[in-house]
Order: sequence, then structure tokens, then C-alpha cells
Amino acid sequence: MSMKLRHVSSERTNQIAPSGIRRFFDLLASMEGIISLGVGEPDFATPWHIREAAIYSLEKGYTMYTSNLGMPELRQELSRYLKNNYNLDYDPDSELLITVGVSEGLDLTMRAILDPGDEVIMPDPCFVSYNPCVALAGGTPIMVPTSEENNFELAAADIEAQVTDKTKAILIGYPANPTGAVMTREKLAKIAKVAQRHQLLVISDEIYARLIYGVEHTCFATLPEMRENTILLGGFSKAYAMTGWRIGYAAANKEIIAAMTKIHQYTIMCAPIMGQVAAIEALKSGESSIAEMVEEYNRRRLTIVKRLNDIGLPCFKPKGAFYAFPSIKGTDMTSEEFAEKLLIEEKVAVVPGNAFGQCGEGYVRCCYATSLTEIEEALSRIKRFVKKHRK
Amino acid sequence: MIKEILKILENDARTTPKQISVMTGTPSNEVTKIIKQAEKDRTILKYKTIINWDKVREEQVSALIEVKVTPQRDVGFDAIAERIYRFPQARSVYLLSGTYDLLVLVTGKTMHEVADFVSQKLAPIEGVQGTVTHFMLKRYKEDGEILEGKEEVKRQPVIL
Repeated sequence: MSMKLRHVSSERTNQIAPSGIRRFFDLLASMEGIISLGVGEPDFATPWHIREAAIYSLEKGYTMYTSNLGMPELRQELSRYLKNNYNLDYDPDSELLITVGVSEGLDLTMRAILDPGDEVIMPDPCFVSYNPCVALAGGTPIMVPTSEENNFELAAADIEAQVTDKTKAILIGYPANPTGAVMTREKLAKIAKVAQRHQLLVISDEIYARLIYGVEHTCFATLPEMRENTILLGGFSKAYAMTGWRIGYAAANKEIIAAMTKIHQYTIMCAPIMGQVAAIEALKSGESSIAEMVEEYNRRRLTIVKRLNDIGLPCFKPKGAFYAFPSIKGTDMTSEEFAEKLLIEEKVAVVPGNAFGQCGEGYVRCCYATSLTEIEEALSRIKRFVKKHRK
Repeated sequence: MIKEILKILENDARTTPKQISVMTGTPSNEVTKIIKQAEKDRTILKYKTIINWDKVREEQVSALIEVKVTPQRDVGFDAIAERIYRFPQARSVYLLSGTYDLLVLVTGKTMHEVADFVSQKLAPIEGVQGTVTHFMLKRYKEDGEILEGKEEVKRQPVIL
């Protein structure tokens, strides 16, 4: 005899909208011979020197728990990295926490800072986890629309218009998934002003910080007076092609890190040691690997954007991450219809834009972290498809 | 820009000027011009293919030969190096620091052919003091390409 389902899953879980593209995923899993532009990770395997360091550590018996905060050497290297790259000082013993990817960092942040009903402002479209992480922590996500016309940038004025006495934080992620948008220092500074005016925390997800093309990344914590009120989330997955290792970090003031660590120590204990060892090696000598990968991504970026525009899918020029976010409004389909038909008819996988929020409707996300040969082939298929389905 | 173009071609010589144009944001005719010039001034020496000959069971013997030589007045090692590199059997010739002077990569159809070249052509050259021949037993990696068991990255088809 089985229980009724509503008794099994909690109200809190039930309030999270089921993924609208589940059906699409199931379809995908049953197909063969597809070219996928639907991924969200590098196509490079982790650079060998990093893997080799991890293998050696396993041989040496590094298989235990680490400190809750993460290995001291990793935190020291990370502290040095943040100093060198952004001239930011974070005490490795109290202001840095090693997490299981940025995903855990995001979850911990929300659970550490939110009381029931607290509001968190975030851009629409944005990474799929932002909204549920806030909701699961008892908060209320407030989505602020962004648009292609404004380069998918979050406008300070639009944020301010949404601030209420319940607003606790602003959650941003630039370079952005799914759009590839990057915000300038000047525009971020305006958001910082809003945060200061209303005493809001800013959670800045900078996982794509190193994948940036021809412009400079601004670390939010470097903005005037923002170090104390920013929770900087970063990780190794994208820049060092280390997605499967699941290592991220949070950098913030002592009080916030202490609160996050409290949850982390009871729920996760510590990030896996092999991943942490690999991350130490990445920080010590991974710079040249990043440069090489970024060079290659840039060629692919320029290729995919040009080809999409030529095909008649106008594409915003992304300046970071590894996603192109073309408009499909010239076809007679919704994002989901487009993605599903493209998969069935041409065996190319892209992600419907509405998976990232209402403002993503009319767009699809194409990841260009795949070989140029595959990109060319995928684009030829998309061309044929668009020709057939033009409005 | 020329460096960027050369890097792309070094990785895949079949990349067309049109593709390079898109990848770099340089006009196509500009790319063609730069490549033509690089071919003319021998910045680009040749377009080649890396082949795993084992796959077609083509017998080929390679050897690395260390050559110790007496440098000559005015020309140093260059004159002797030239006498060696003019032989088509010498695929690559390098001047090295260390216990010997020249390193010569020699290929032939049989071990005999390579041995004959060393004993009859290379060793008797005036100024060559001695040679040490290392026959190659197995090629693991050629010009940055792993010959067997190249790793494939296995990813989930969709990740948000």
C-alpha cells in the first residue's frame, strides 16, 4: 500500500514549478546521433597536469575528510589568487569557504541569509538554480526583466523599482548563463549604489569570470565599499574544465562565512578532497591552460554568432561564458517547440530560452563549447530547419 | 593578426580563409593576402598531414642519431649540418646543447636502409667524430597528437 503523493513531498518542494522541459529531456535521452549545443560545460577534459596531481594524491592516500572550510593550502592559494587578480584581501581562515561547486555556494548563501518571506532580486533570464535556491530557503524570488535591446544587462533603476522592505539581496551572475552578457564596471557600480542605499547584500556568481572576450571582468566585491556586502561565488568548473570535480568557493565577510559554514558542516561536511587537491594544482599552474582554452572559445564564439545571424536567427553578441542566445522570433514557434522540432527533425539539441525565465521566451541557448567541426555541422542543420519554418 | 591565423592553420591546415575570416573577424581577402605572403616568405613552409602509418601496415623504420662533430673555423656547425640535412633520408636535423651536437631523425623502409645510411653516408663525413643510433620502437605521440587511445570527452547531452 502506497502513501498519497502529496504526503510524500513537502509543501516547500511542491511549490517549485516542475521543469517544463522535462519532456524534452526524455526525448533527448532516447535519441542517438545528435549534435548537442545543449551542454553547459567545456568540451575539454581537465588539463592533464591537474588530473595528474589528483592521481598522485590518491596514490599517496589523500582520501580523507578535510577541514570543513576546505584544505588550508587551497584557501591560501585562493586568497592569493583573489589578491593577484582583483587586489582583494580575504582571510583564508575566516573569509573563504570551499564548496561543492557554486551550486552549493548558492544554496548555502540563501539558507544562511534568508528569513521566510525575504525577497531576492535577480535578472530574468538567469541561471536555472537561482529561483529555486531562493524559494527552497523560504525566500521569494523577484525576477527583473532584462532584454536583448539592453544587452541583457540588469538596470539599476529596474532593481530599485522592485525594492520593498522585504528585500534582502540582489543576486546576479555576469558573465551570464544563458545570454553571455557581461556588465561594465560603470553599470555594476550603479547596482552597488542601489544595494548601499537600501542596505542589501549582493550575491555575485562569477563562475564564468575567466571566460571573457575582449572586455574586462569586474569582480563585484572590488566596487567601492562593496567588499563587506558582497558574497562572491566562484569555482573551478568552467575556467579549468573541472565540472565533474565539483569545487567552488564563497568569499565574504567573517559573519556570513561563519553562517554558511554552520550549514555546510552539518550537510556536506567538506568538499571532496580529490577535487580540492586538483583545485590547488589548478591555482598554482593552470593559467596557461585557461589562456589556450579562451583563445579557442573565442574562435568558436565569432563563428557561431556570425553563422546564426547569417541564417536569420539574430544573435546578441555574447562577451563572456560560452553561450550564444539567438532570437527565434522570426519563426512560427515558441522556444520549446523550436527546440523539440529541431531535435526531432535535425537532431540538434539546444535549450529553450524559457527554461531560464519568462524573458528567455523567443530565444534558445546554444553552447559553443564544442568542436568547430560540430558547430559548423549543427549550424548547417539549423539553417535547413529555419528555412523550412520561417514565418 | 598573422599569429592568430598561423595558429589556426598550424592546428588545421584545411581551415579555409573564409572560416578564418569568421573566427578572427578579419575580412576574407585580408586573410588570403596574409596567407599568400606567409607562403611567399616561407613563414608557412608546407601543409602536411600527420599519419599513423601503422594503421595501413606500412613498414617504416625511424632512428634518432646523435652526432658528435668537430666545429669548423668560421662556419661552426652549420657546414656539417648542411652536408647532413641535404640527404633526403634526414627528416629533421637539430643542433643541441649537451653531450653531443646534432640530432638527426632518419627514416627508411628497413633497418638495413637506415643502418647503411649511417655507416656509409653520415659517419664518414669529415668532421663527424662519432654517432650513436637509437632505433625507434614505438610512437606514442606525434606533433601533439596521441596516436592510439585518444581520450573522448563524454558529456551529458543537455545540462542547464
